[in-house]
Amino acid sequence: MKVLIPSSLLSYTKAPEVDASGATLAGLLADLDRRYPGLRFRVIDEQDRMRGQMRFFVNGEQVFDINHPLQPTDAVYLVQALSGG
Amino acid sequence: MARTTKKKVVTRKKTAAVAKKPARKAATPRLVILVATRKGAWLFHGDAKRKIWRTDGPHFLGHIINHLVLDPRDGRTLLAAAKTGHLGPTIFRSTDFGRTWKEATQPPAFTKAPEGSKGRTVDHTFWLTPAHANEPGVWYAGTSPQGLFRSADGGITWQPFSIINDDPQFRAWMGSEQDGTPDGPKLHSIIVDPRDPAHLYFSMSGGGVHESMNGGRSFTTLVKGMEVVGGFDPANIGFHDPHCVRMCPSNPDRLYQQNHCGIYRIDRPSNEWTRIGKNMPKRVGDIGFPMVVHPRDDNTVWVFPMDGQSVWPRTSPEGKPAAYVTRDGGKRWQRLDAGFPESQGWWTVKRQSMTADTQDAVGLYFGTTSGELWMSRDEGERWTCIARHLPEIYSVEVAEV
Repeated sequence: MKVLIPSSLLSYTKAPEVDASGATLAGLLADLDRRYPGLRFRVIDEQDRMRGQMRFFVNGEQVFDINHPLQPTDAVYLVQALSGG
Repeated sequence: MARTTKKKVVTRKKTAAVAKKPARKAATPRLVILVATRKGAWLFHGDAKRKIWRTDGPHFLGHIINHLVLDPRDGRTLLAAAKTGHLGPTIFRSTDFGRTWKEATQPPAFTKAPEGSKGRTVDHTFWLTPAHANEPGVWYAGTSPQGLFRSADGGITWQPFSIINDDPQFRAWMGSEQDGTPDGPKLHSIIVDPRDPAHLYFSMSGGGVHESMNGGRSFTTLVKGMEVVGGFDPANIGFHDPHCVRMCPSNPDRLYQQNHCGIYRIDRPSNEWTRIGKNMPKRVGDIGFPMVVHPRDDNTVWVFPMDGQSVWPRTSPEGKPAAYVTRDGGKRWQRLDAGFPESQGWWTVKRQSMTADTQDAVGLYFGTTSGELWMSRDEGERWTCIARHLPEIYSVEVAEV
């Protein structure tokens, strides 16, 4: 599926949109980390929680559960929230 | 240079001789000032006279860099403790003085908590300490919230170190994330005894000073004599707020400490700190963040006082910046402000933002939260501004290569 990557993670993916797969958001992030080592820990903490300034959208809807199921046709957006100056 | 004549008490096992650094190396070393800021890192490459500094940076523009440290054992490995406003914390590593950087494959992270319980998350790595000279590639890291981590491969992978991260007693002393400094409670001042790699110290803001004699298998508290904020019980380790603790390279039995509540010295094997800051001028006080020890003289240390009255402005008292030096172990203090603004200088110098080189005369370096980098080539007698308009400076280290 297509995954939109925020500018802060372009140092990993080198592209603003990448292909990755997974049956859940967690699976997708594991696949992204295989392709782009280190990416997952920058957006998911060691307790498997989404980091405070990262947002995850699936088909335009924000999701909060890392185990949210995904379909191959889904569009996933990783978005960085405002974080001050 | 005055040298101590005090009899040194060394009771612990000696596995390595204390490195006696010569006043001047045979070949004049190249000095590099490593500056970490809230918006990136800079390297300032000095000439032999420490007069001309070539600016190299920014590295990691926009990243929050808490500490940038060169490995003195190989003279080439740089570690940078980084995060951004959006992304989680990591460690970057360079072996070519910042021309290229590679990310740690396993940055410091707490152990995942069992299902149903709330585990802790590293917000940022705050402090980096290269381990003993006989342990190449070994590093320690202190984090916010307070955690202690170790790498055995030059900073590529990190593991939780010792029992303290999950120990109920230590967790109680660490308090909550509201009990620490404004941007999170911190584990800092990780010190390795040059005579014994198993003899370690670390400190926590808040949470006191701790010592291990067995390589981190167990720790004992070392807070006797340290004061806490009025009205609180000094017997509660969680109330102790050491800001910066340094060991004297020329006498590892002597440590100095800048605390939230004063300046202290301890001479081991004594377990009691003495508040030598009581000898500071009353109108200046003895509050501050950094503590800088002389590379060869254990009676000489420098501090950079700040205003710790009323609402804690944490700026130079009365807007008149000054460092202070003692050359007799804390009995008398001398003001060092030649070259600084005489008024309206509301500086803050953080605990990692002041350091010394090992040259003769010793060079001193510090950075302000207002983004100015200053140095002295004569142990603080005269100060010169090296750089202005940098972001908020979080740490200043000087590497000699």
